[in-house]
Amino acid sequence: MFVLVEMVDTVRIPPWNFQRKLNEAIAEELNKKLANKVVYNVGLCICLYDITKLEDSYIFPGDGASHTKVHFRYVVFHPCLDEILVGKIKYCSQEGVHVTMGFFDDILIPPESLQQPAKFDEAEQVWLWEYETDEGAHDLYMDQGEEIRFRVSDELFVDTSPTGPASAAPETPAQPGQSTAPPPEDSMEKKEAPYTLIGTICEPGLGLLSWWNS
Amino acid sequence: MEVKNANAAILSNYEVFKLLTDLKEQRKDSGKNKHSAGQQNLNTIMYETLKYLSKTPCSRQSPEIVKEFLTTMMPHKLTKAEKLQLLNHRPQTAVEIQLMVEESEERLSEEQIEELIQTVAGVLPGDPEQENTAPADTEMDEEQT
Repeated sequence: MFVLVEMVDTVRIPPWNFQRKLNEAIAEELNKKLANKVVYNVGLCICLYDITKLEDSYIFPGDGASHTKVHFRYVVFHPCLDEILVGKIKYCSQEGVHVTMGFFDDILIPPESLQQPAKFDEAEQVWLWEYETDEGAHDLYMDQGEEIRFRVSDELFVDTSPTGPASAAPETPAQPGQSTAPPPEDSMEKKEAPYTLIGTICEPGLGLLSWWNS
Repeated sequence: MEVKNANAAILSNYEVFKLLTDLKEQRKDSGKNKHSAGQQNLNTIMYETLKYLSKTPCSRQSPEIVKEFLTTMMPHKLTKAEKLQLLNHRPQTAVEIQLMVEESEERLSEEQIEELIQTVAGVLPGDPEQENTAPADTEMDEEQT
């Protein structure tokens, strides 16, 4: 579920943080920049694990801040494919069942990956499993807030970094302050999730925890 | 920023839980100084991740338990990823084991699955509240109440 990722970055420490320990100041800057952010093709960053190497710090003309190249390891949420996870149902829609882990929301179980035969109840906006028994079919509802066990079947990264004029700039903004800039209008009207997990519950043992408890 | 290795190691839920708990304590100790400004993202993700993890079996684990678990798992010939899943989920039913162990029908007999459930329940501490209703009969747990 969680992995360690080795990264290298140049960290700028402003002069008013010079009285602090360099490690502490750097750890804070790295967490400020990465915590709760998705890195393309890497996953959702949680927090700094450790700093493995500090290179020399430099001060450039015209800027009183120090720049240090840092080698560090970061804790990242990036489940393996086929991993089993437990989440909660956020809501159901025509697209399928949307699941949340609390800290990560963009999980979708598409209709074809639900326990079959599945049906969408338009009136209640909820998916249900028409479970067949000897005494006839039982409708098992997938209500909001229920705990659900699923298998990760695919992952989808979308590059949401702002595109530059004409040719797209591949570089993501380096300063944390700039990353909050509004995305360009032409990209899309709806904010797209940078990292989406596609799940499946089409196997015995998967689905609501209550289905398999008894 | 450069990513050197996107998968340097896999962490167990317990390791992440421990790291976040320690970090939270550390930040509480240092108080509400002015340096903590601009750390809302870290605070949010820490809070949400801890909230999630504290409801999973990892919140009751310790380094000794994890080590003991890995030792007892040795004869079962499972892959690293499979052992990690068992550690994170603490499965209590055969159907859960079958989900987490690939091709379990061919690799494990019914007795072996049963043995796995017993070991998992015996080594990894369960939720004391749920334990009374769960069918798992471990010798260590208190029978009454």
